[in-house]
Amino acid sequence: MDNDLTQATADYAVRLGDDALILGHRLSEWCSRGPFMEEDLALTNVALDYIGRARMFLGYAAQLRGGECTEDTLAYQRDCREFTNLLINELPRGDFAFTMVRQYLLDEHSLLFLDQLGRSSDSELAAIAGKAIKESRYHQRRSREWMLRLGDGTEESQRRLQNALDDLWGYTPELFLMDELETALYELGIAVDRAALQAPWQAAVHSVFSETAVTVPSGGWEVVGGRTGYHTEHLGHLLSDLQFVQRAYPGCQW
Amino acid sequence: MTNDSLQTEAQLNADFQARIDAEEKIEPRDWMPQKYRQNLIRQISQHAHSEVIGMQPEGNWITRAPTLHRKAVLLAKVQDECGHGLYLYSAAETLGISREELIQALHSGAAKYASIFNYPSLTWADIGAIGWLVDGAAIVNQVSLQRTSYGPYARGMVRICKEESFHQRQGYHIMMTLMQGSAAQREMAQDAVNRFWWPSLMMFGPHDAESAHSAQSMTWKIKRQSNDELRQKFVDQTVEQAEVIGISLPDPDLKWNEERGHYDFGEIDWKEFNRVINGSGPCNRQRLEHHISAHEEGAWVRDAIAAHEAKKQQRANRAA
Repeated sequence: MDNDLTQATADYAVRLGDDALILGHRLSEWCSRGPFMEEDLALTNVALDYIGRARMFLGYAAQLRGGECTEDTLAYQRDCREFTNLLINELPRGDFAFTMVRQYLLDEHSLLFLDQLGRSSDSELAAIAGKAIKESRYHQRRSREWMLRLGDGTEESQRRLQNALDDLWGYTPELFLMDELETALYELGIAVDRAALQAPWQAAVHSVFSETAVTVPSGGWEVVGGRTGYHTEHLGHLLSDLQFVQRAYPGCQW
Repeated sequence: MTNDSLQTEAQLNADFQARIDAEEKIEPRDWMPQKYRQNLIRQISQHAHSEVIGMQPEGNWITRAPTLHRKAVLLAKVQDECGHGLYLYSAAETLGISREELIQALHSGAAKYASIFNYPSLTWADIGAIGWLVDGAAIVNQVSLQRTSYGPYARGMVRICKEESFHQRQGYHIMMTLMQGSAAQREMAQDAVNRFWWPSLMMFGPHDAESAHSAQSMTWKIKRQSNDELRQKFVDQTVEQAEVIGISLPDPDLKWNEERGHYDFGEIDWKEFNRVINGSGPCNRQRLEHHISAHEEGAWVRDAIAAHEAKKQQRANRAA
């Protein structure tokens, strides 16, 4: 690989690593706060899968960047503007409906995305996708089931589900946004064409919600910016939590 | 009660004790004295609540773990504690009490949990100290409970012990890494041990002579070793581990006693022990409120599942 391509691939891996790290962080906030113990376990389990995924992507990025870069310098020593995760991943966990709707929307996306990434000409990215998609299949079975339960359940669960879907919807277009970096890498067979995932994703999501009492919003607003480091105000607070020890005691081994 | 039924009761009790003495395991459907059942429910539920409340001080550091590796390990560990809580609630349920009733007893204050979790986790080193000392003490107790007389409890302990030894090692590894680090890290590690050492010794409970439930529990082999025996075992193994990583234990009376073949150690501050058990620990109210609020916030989710299941049933009935 020439140097430009290596760095572009590293940037791409950082994006995917940031997505996983930030979502994993939000999920991990549920630990000891789940609605019942089995669900507490399940949420932590999913969080753990995402932290594992973050380590694989960021570890690969660090290897490509070389020098002093490690998975931990990437996770702990960058500020808000350098993080490139999608905005939907950084939104506060909200109530259980919000967490599960986000998870469901992202799980449907992950199934499509990882299936394509598994065919990447970059064998390392393909291998990570191959491992992650197995987890995402399990995640999606669970989050889909929650959409059906909450969407059927009680008036309150339907209302909460609808609110969550309404509040999240405008963050979903970013899942399908291609930019210069990803387009260039797609043309080389490395990255996934996100834009192509939108139609099948819409179909899957509409199909599940049609079995419930909630209505899929018709659009009207969309917020983007994660890939350029233009985040919500929430990310800075998340990072102050995530990075506290390394920032307070720089240069140590832990 | 008639004479006949008194005699039957006496015979049942005698048969029961004979089974215990013969090291037979008691199973859920077997006859057992009411007090044995109550004693077990008290102990198993206290143990289950401890696992669950214990998720809080460690969970407090999941989002702040200093490396991704440490974060993943800590997440897995706290998840294990939740799993242990589940096994134990299930074991208690075999005695004819529901998880909901057990949780209500925790919330009302009728049931207790290990008092150690009323101490706060203030620094990252506390996660090391909790793993090393608190889990270390828990394992000593749990290894002994693998031989407890009630089958479901004993089998739960076998599973739990396998996972706890990994917990203790991760805690010790955190401490070892800190002790090999900067002056600030070593200070952080020492401070954590200074705060957690005595509460860890308190985890074994009062001296044998003062332990309310001990004698009967030993006769029924619910407990297999006394509080003081287990505490001594913990001190003996931990002193050596402390020496290896160069950390000191905050007890001037701690020294090897050649004659006894054990370490002597200082007297526990029992006033402090009782103060914390009786509600004046730094986190008693916080721990309970956290659990209650998570439970209350989850009520609508549990209601939704119940409603969904009922509707599903109705739809199935209509279709049939």
